[in-house]
Amino acid sequence: MQYPIVVKNLSKNYSNKVAVKNINFKITKNEILGLLGPNGCGKTTTIAMMLGLLKPTNGIVLIDGEDIEKNRIQLLHKMNFISPYIELPKKLTVKENLIVYGKLYGVKKVLLRIDYLSDKLRLTEFLNKKTGELSSGQKNRVSLAKALINDPKILFLDEPTASLDPETGDFVRTFIEKLSKEREMSILLASHNMDEVKRLCKNVLMMKDGLLIDRGTPNELIKKHGKINLEEVFLKLNRTSNEF
Amino acid sequence: MSFNRIYGLFLRHFFLIKSSLPRILDLIYWPTIQIILWGFISLFFSTYSNYYNNTLGVILTCAILYDFLFRSSISFNMLFLEEIWSRNFTNLFIAPMRISEIIISLVITALIRTLIGLVPAILITSPLFGISILNLGIPLLFLFLSLYIFGITLGLFVSSGLLRYGPAFENIAWSSLFLLAPLGCIYYPIEILPDMLQTMAKALPLVYIFEEARSILVNQYVNYSNIKNAFVLNIFYLFIGITLFYYSFRQARKKGSLINIGE
Repeated sequence: MQYPIVVKNLSKNYSNKVAVKNINFKITKNEILGLLGPNGCGKTTTIAMMLGLLKPTNGIVLIDGEDIEKNRIQLLHKMNFISPYIELPKKLTVKENLIVYGKLYGVKKVLLRIDYLSDKLRLTEFLNKKTGELSSGQKNRVSLAKALINDPKILFLDEPTASLDPETGDFVRTFIEKLSKEREMSILLASHNMDEVKRLCKNVLMMKDGLLIDRGTPNELIKKHGKINLEEVFLKLNRTSNEF
Repeated sequence: MSFNRIYGLFLRHFFLIKSSLPRILDLIYWPTIQIILWGFISLFFSTYSNYYNNTLGVILTCAILYDFLFRSSISFNMLFLEEIWSRNFTNLFIAPMRISEIIISLVITALIRTLIGLVPAILITSPLFGISILNLGIPLLFLFLSLYIFGITLGLFVSSGLLRYGPAFENIAWSSLFLLAPLGCIYYPIEILPDMLQTMAKALPLVYIFEEARSILVNQYVNYSNIKNAFVLNIFYLFIGITLFYYSFRQARKKGSLINIGE
């Protein structure tokens, strides 16, 4: 079986710090894999290595069986990424931004693609508005549209619903759920929202201090650790014995 | 009034400055460069007051040429800086764009930005001062091309620094050309420099470009060896600039600066 994503023995060392230590996992087609862990545990570093933004110290990331380090440009056509920490140029309109990224990803019939995404993500009414003038919920949907402009097979979502109101958050979650099923997309979801992870993810990876410390389905992890929900599991795994 | 709060705010800036070599350099070299540049200009005019028949024409033409160089370089840097300021940098580097494509795209966009600034400047010199840069004739094309290549090369050097060191390198982006201006002999001949600086200046294409502009305007003589020397040096520096940009990208991928460059 060919996995869209295979991560083997992946490590990243900086001069004074080990950010990621020898992690291994795979993601299948249609799967949404949750990546959980406290701030600074290595989630973003892992995603950055999978996107080819960061060179691993050791290990390999295979996208559709090909090493991202050896074929970065070609493989980036198949992927995309959304994070609240990166933005689109504020002075460009939504449509202009989507056209720019459509061009960068080599999308044919980019205007048709924008129409399709505008309809699906409810962007039509502010398509000609400057991106900097949008509310955070609208910006989030625009970022999602940018992340889908190339119809990626693999999507990396870093806290995709952070700072969204409940209605917009639910809209985005439902959209992601549908996307994975209808487009056979493989999604890696890094989130601090445990309910979101439980709802969307088939499997979950738990990271701490650069290590993968546990993995399983949300229900397996809850049962294994004798807790009532995923948040309790997260707290148990991340609190040391002398903390309260 | 609280001494602790004042000291705290002092420390906030002190920590920022002491952890960044580019910021320290920026503090030191602005005043130094200004003094050197205007010192040489004054010295030249006091020593060679009969040198030019056409002082205004020469100075204005050189100012326009220098501005073209300045705008080419700044435009290249600005395009890079805008991605950092808008926190769009990561988006750009996860798009399937080759480094060569990024460079070419910046070179073309910078040229358009530069021409937008240059054309009005050329147009107003004629009615205001009775001077036209077009008096330089066909060699003007070579001079512009040469200046543009050097401007882009400087842009590549600065962008390499931005890739590697992030926004802390921003001030160098604004001021890189002022560092070279005194050595570039824009408004005065190379002979005005002390011997040691003349040797350094000869390694810059600027000296040959501006020497040529003055030669045409003052002596009505085109010295193609100046144009050739400028191009040879330009190709050499452009090669180094491109190599450095690739090297900085590889280093940024190792150090992680492509992820957190806007922070």
